[in-house]
Amino acid sequence: MAIAVELPALSPTMKEGKITKWLKKEGDKVTSGTAIAEVETDKSNLEIEAYDDGVLLKILVPEGSSAPVGSPIAYIGKAGEKFDEAAAPAKPKAAEPAKTEEKKGDEPAPKAEEKKAEAPKAEAPAKAESPDGRLRASPLAKRIAAETGVDLSSVSGSGPNGRIVKRDVEQAKPGQSGGGAAVKSKAPVPTITRGERKKPDTLPISGMRKVIAQRLTEVKPGVPHFYLTVDLEMDQALKLREEAKALEQKVSVNDIVVKAVAMAVRRFPRINQQMDGEKLLQLHNVDVGVAVAIEDGLITPVVRDADQKGLAEIGAEVRELADRAKKKALKPDEYSGGSITVSNLGMYGIDEFIAVLNPPQAAILAIGAVTPKAVVRDGQIVIRNMMTATLSGDHRVIDGAVGAEYLKELRSLLEHPLRLLF
Amino acid sequence: MAELQYREALNQALAEEMERDANVFLMGEEVARYNGAYKVSQGLLDRFGSARVVDAPISELGFAGLGVGAAMVGLRPVIEMMTWNFAILAMDQIVNNAAKLRHMSGGQLRCPIVFRGPGGAGGRLSSQHSQALEANYVHFPGLKVLAPSTPADAKGLLKAAIRDDNPVIFIEGELLYGLKRDVPEGEHLIEIGKADVKRPGKDVTIVTWSRMLTAVVEPAAEALATQGIDAEVIDLRSLKPLDEETILKSVAKTNRLVVVEEGWPWCGVGASIADIVQKKAFDHLDAPVTRVTGLDINMNYAANLERATQPSVERTLAAVNEVLYRS
Repeated sequence: MAIAVELPALSPTMKEGKITKWLKKEGDKVTSGTAIAEVETDKSNLEIEAYDDGVLLKILVPEGSSAPVGSPIAYIGKAGEKFDEAAAPAKPKAAEPAKTEEKKGDEPAPKAEEKKAEAPKAEAPAKAESPDGRLRASPLAKRIAAETGVDLSSVSGSGPNGRIVKRDVEQAKPGQSGGGAAVKSKAPVPTITRGERKKPDTLPISGMRKVIAQRLTEVKPGVPHFYLTVDLEMDQALKLREEAKALEQKVSVNDIVVKAVAMAVRRFPRINQQMDGEKLLQLHNVDVGVAVAIEDGLITPVVRDADQKGLAEIGAEVRELADRAKKKALKPDEYSGGSITVSNLGMYGIDEFIAVLNPPQAAILAIGAVTPKAVVRDGQIVIRNMMTATLSGDHRVIDGAVGAEYLKELRSLLEHPLRLLF
Repeated sequence: MAELQYREALNQALAEEMERDANVFLMGEEVARYNGAYKVSQGLLDRFGSARVVDAPISELGFAGLGVGAAMVGLRPVIEMMTWNFAILAMDQIVNNAAKLRHMSGGQLRCPIVFRGPGGAGGRLSSQHSQALEANYVHFPGLKVLAPSTPADAKGLLKAAIRDDNPVIFIEGELLYGLKRDVPEGEHLIEIGKADVKRPGKDVTIVTWSRMLTAVVEPAAEALATQGIDAEVIDLRSLKPLDEETILKSVAKTNRLVVVEEGWPWCGVGASIADIVQKKAFDHLDAPVTRVTGLDINMNYAANLERATQPSVERTLAAVNEVLYRS
């Protein structure tokens, strides 16, 4: 009798697996212990081995499709043997020690993802998302992908039959791979002309991203937050403010922070993603919300394209928006959307605090007061004007390392504000 | 620069070459006293006499063979076919003798002959007189095949063809004889085997030749320009030898190729170009090479059906949109 090959639980948390590649095809001989398919789980990519000798009679789950743990994915038996699909056990089975060889099992997941982004294979039919499991790309698109390090399986094709063509690869960023996210982004900074409102792109959501979102939502219902805190030296930023004053330009620390927050998003667009229901969006414009306390609550008017605006313009706009916010005269489109929010309680003398995300944004920065503090520089205790910033992130969308990279960018801009000019 | 008709440019080329080399002579139906069915040989009888401008009987195989024999013994005949449709009768001389003599004689014999005449559709001449037959000739080793699209190219290439030591099939456009464009003054020669980029562009390459350039591709390229699409137009001029380098260089730049040809789709010149490009520029292609050809049917007599049978600006724009993935 033909034997059903059931999808084993390859990790304790695995609930389903995506067949990325069949290593054997129907009619091939298999022996116990031969790898027959590659599976993408929430943690890594693993091989499934046959438990029995015989012929692979039928593949039930095509490449690119997912199946729950315990469900049959293929039949093995004698050549020509009949098998009863209906009688196949469909109920998920409890996890059992899987007979697999972990390829990257010991590495933390984000690192494995990073590796994948560094060494992408242009011809990677195994990761195709098309219904028949084939990745369709023009020869040119494949070549550009290989040269620029774009993972084609994370690019959606706009040509006939979903063919990936030149423009699709060019729009993708090197190292882009679903929401699993290459942490490092030394990609060329995407440009956008001022005033242009570009529609967000929907990104494919990787198996890992899905599981991260699902599991974290179980632990922290709603939007699962995580927090990262940095102390930033603001002496140079204060100097900039003094110099502006000498030029009779009114620039506040908050204006500098808003500008730096925006430019850091522009340079690190991975932070400019957000969940829209089931969809993962990549935003293109950099719009910064600014939390304003009003009589019976707070509201976050948005400075659109803040990365492209000068300090004076940002300052004037924030003050004008805040004034109208206090009069409750803001229009809905002036306080909705946005990439990230700045919540500044520095003027109340708060040193540091944690902000709650402003959905659907995936990040908010809680800014404390700038205060002189004793810090160690070159082995000496010196006095510096320090400001504590805490980033709250939507863990469904971004991970700690992504937030850390973003804060690194923000630090370089605020501690060396000359960089705001570039 | 003087603005000349295509027929005047050809006439100049013939007169200049006959002046330059006493071995050059012209033979064909109605070429002498009637000054040519399309007036290409206007005034040549008066100028060069009946020994060098010879009226032939209606016997294409006969005078083609006479020309081949004359070429074998050292003359440089220009054999005019009233149209290439009639040259089908002369195929044996062209294919079995002209194309093969040099090879079969181990290089002892040469065949410096030009067969020339109009090809392509004329305008309500129906199926027997409306054929673009260049694909027939590029098929045979031993023949060079030229199909100029402008007066300047017609002149420069006919002069080069007459000076070439190999048999040359010179296909003129039946509807091009009245086309007026600038022709350089003085000695004007064009190297055989060199295509001409008639319009530089960066978004899509359109390869064509002969009448399709002015009738279809130039208007299509202008229409595309108004839509912000910058088409590069390559006029092959010489179908064999083929200037692969110019085509491949252009495809490397634009990543997409459309071939517009008047002939039928099966085994057409564009089919061979598509073959070369998929082989040698595979990694540069962002879309399949796409051809716009005459429909795979015999030409209709009715004007509306005749138009529908031939490549058009509309079909060319559709092909360009296809390779650019525009809807």
